[in-house]
Amino acid sequence: MGRRAKNKQGMPPSLEEFQKTGKKKDRKRKAEKESREVKKPTKKAKRSKQEEEYKDPEDLPEVDLEELSAAKKSLFDDDEEEEAGLDEFEQLEDDSEPEVDDEFVDSDEEGRERPMFSDNESDDMDAINAANMEEYSKKLDEEALMEQQDAEDELLEENTKNPRAKVLPTEEEEEEMKQSGPDLTMVRTRMLEVVKVLEDFKNLAEEGRSRVEYVDRLLKDICEYFGYTPFLAEKLFNLFSPSEAIEFFEANEIHRPVTIRTNTLVTRRRELAQTLVNKGVNLQPIGPWTKVGLQVFDSQVPIGATPEYLAGHYILQAASSFLPVMALDPQENERILDMAAAPGGKTTYISALMKNTGCVFANDANKARTKSLIANIHRLGCTNTVVCNYDAREFPKVIGGFDRVLLDAPCSGTGVIAKDQNVKVNRTEKDFIQIPHLQKQLLLSAIDSVDAHSATGGVIVYSTCSVAVEENEAVVDYALRKRPNVKLVETGLAIGKPGFTSYRGKQFNQKVSLTRRYYPHAYNVDGFFVAKFQKVASSPHDVSKAGAKEKEMAADAEAEKDGLIHGDFANFDDEADKEIMKESIKHNLKKKGINPNTVDIEKKLPKH
Amino acid sequence: MRPLTEEETKVVFEKLANYIGRNIAYLVDNKEDPHVFRLQKDRVYYVSDRIAKVATSVARPNLMSLGVCFGKFTKTGKFRLHITSLKYLAQYAKYKVWIKQNGEMPFLYGNHVLKAHVGKMSEDIPEHAGVIVFSMADVPLGFGVSAKSTIEAKNLQPTGIVVFRQGDIGEYLRDEDTLFT
Repeated sequence: MGRRAKNKQGMPPSLEEFQKTGKKKDRKRKAEKESREVKKPTKKAKRSKQEEEYKDPEDLPEVDLEELSAAKKSLFDDDEEEEAGLDEFEQLEDDSEPEVDDEFVDSDEEGRERPMFSDNESDDMDAINAANMEEYSKKLDEEALMEQQDAEDELLEENTKNPRAKVLPTEEEEEEMKQSGPDLTMVRTRMLEVVKVLEDFKNLAEEGRSRVEYVDRLLKDICEYFGYTPFLAEKLFNLFSPSEAIEFFEANEIHRPVTIRTNTLVTRRRELAQTLVNKGVNLQPIGPWTKVGLQVFDSQVPIGATPEYLAGHYILQAASSFLPVMALDPQENERILDMAAAPGGKTTYISALMKNTGCVFANDANKARTKSLIANIHRLGCTNTVVCNYDAREFPKVIGGFDRVLLDAPCSGTGVIAKDQNVKVNRTEKDFIQIPHLQKQLLLSAIDSVDAHSATGGVIVYSTCSVAVEENEAVVDYALRKRPNVKLVETGLAIGKPGFTSYRGKQFNQKVSLTRRYYPHAYNVDGFFVAKFQKVASSPHDVSKAGAKEKEMAADAEAEKDGLIHGDFANFDDEADKEIMKESIKHNLKKKGINPNTVDIEKKLPKH
Repeated sequence: MRPLTEEETKVVFEKLANYIGRNIAYLVDNKEDPHVFRLQKDRVYYVSDRIAKVATSVARPNLMSLGVCFGKFTKTGKFRLHITSLKYLAQYAKYKVWIKQNGEMPFLYGNHVLKAHVGKMSEDIPEHAGVIVFSMADVPLGFGVSAKSTIEAKNLQPTGIVVFRQGDIGEYLRDEDTLFT
């Protein structure tokens, strides 16, 4: 251990001395820097002094520049760092140096103050023996850690101190990249650099480069590094600030922790945790916001095939799936509809919260998926359910007047990319038109299926596992416009960020801020969205006998009518236009030196 | 969805009586929350009367399940109990067998119950009677038919079969494709 540490730090005595001088100089130079601003004329004189000091280490016989730089290499793996280091050594010999590099040295020197102390100690290491070996090694470990920390700090510092850094690759470099293929570590470094620039564009951006260029480069890098399609990368990137976006993309590469939900119909969380711990499962409650969730760290037995699992004591369920049910807040003896129920995690949770009283309608449009739904319902001992297989838009024609409706809508799955990496490449622009189109119809059906005069409920909860605004706020806003008899209410959830009230020029109802968004990087749950409505009055739609087909047709007709223009433009007045066009033609002819009266202007008008 | 005919009721009740005997009365006579048997396709469901009534609004082809599925009628008109009925069978069981922890997994993989795995069993089990299998922690694991009476089983080899397995909760994983719908 000791030897390794020594190697790492190069030739101790020479380096140490070198740094000692550096440190002294450091202090001096700080003072100097302050004074430099005040009295510029003396700068030259001081500069020469400084150079003298620089030459100092060169005179020392032991110093080998190559060796030093090699030592540096092992300390800092980062390319940039190396360059900075080399820069400094070049400067030792260079007499005429620009100021910018001067600052380079400054920061570098500061960063190395601490390693110097460690050097002093490593000298003492000659005295180590078996007794204090461990202590020393521990100390060295700590030092190494600190060094690393310093290196990182330094990197940050450098960038703040060195504005206008060249981050974007030149055209030649880009050509080269195309030919040699991507270098992922480089791409990553560049991504972080670009993000830093974007965060403080005014001070850090390179002269003559626009923000768009930086963003484009960043998006390209994101596509390359994480494997998104450019379309989806841009869509997701626009949801966040640059640094948050990177966090989001990175969180999508990591799996969320495995979580289970205790089935309170059969057992209690404490008992379940006890039995599972006895089987060699390492677990812990998810958080203070749920009383039934457990997070599994590792397990010696397959967690989805233990006797307890088969006996229905728990179900494997993502933490985010608890949220819509908690927002729904089902009460005993109510009649509740789950419009898209499979595989039944939420349905069984509703059933458990109702203690098997009342009635839960679990619907799913996909017949194959109802199998797993029925299996889970039976395994968890829910006796108050009816499972049906309808297009959810058939409600309330099938049956309406529910106390509460949960709509966990089918979605693009941009919140669960960690679970399904295919989303990165499979989602196209078309999906973000078609899926919201369906979601809007589903949400209207959900609203119409609720009994506004319910004594205890009248609640609709809309949720998706997507983070796209089109599928969330836009759908909620649409429902608020189409059904004035509902209002948004607080979800009653302890965590979550408020929904957007405006997005890229679109303005939503101000109440949309009552909805809740969940991100993988913020809460370590899947990306999720929850909105809770309260129905305040009944409407003629509640008794409408329109089925899925009629609704689809109505929605299509409406979309066509609204079209892309949405009636934003004024109507054209052809007559008035004609006059103006005639005038301008006359004007043009005059300019050319032609008498307008000799030409038939009517002929020159564009034909319709 | 329709109520069972008299004949169907007879077949179902005969089967149930094997496991819960006279306790069937508790299934049928529940004053507070009356429950009924309903036939949908070839499956028999046991469900609260209230829920059965609201479920009438769901069309026959679209109704996948309601309440608890007890089992299905075979094409030959016999009734076969499914593991999904275990909740009620265990509650009203007449004869019980508890198996030790080392026997749990073999049973859940679909094996019969061996003498070596039996932790304890009801005193008065006759031969070929329906029994419910529990773990030592009183978690119902499945049901089956006794191979020997309790007294005979006492003299059995450790490898001898005590209960022939008919259903176990491992089926939730093994037979997910066929068990439901």
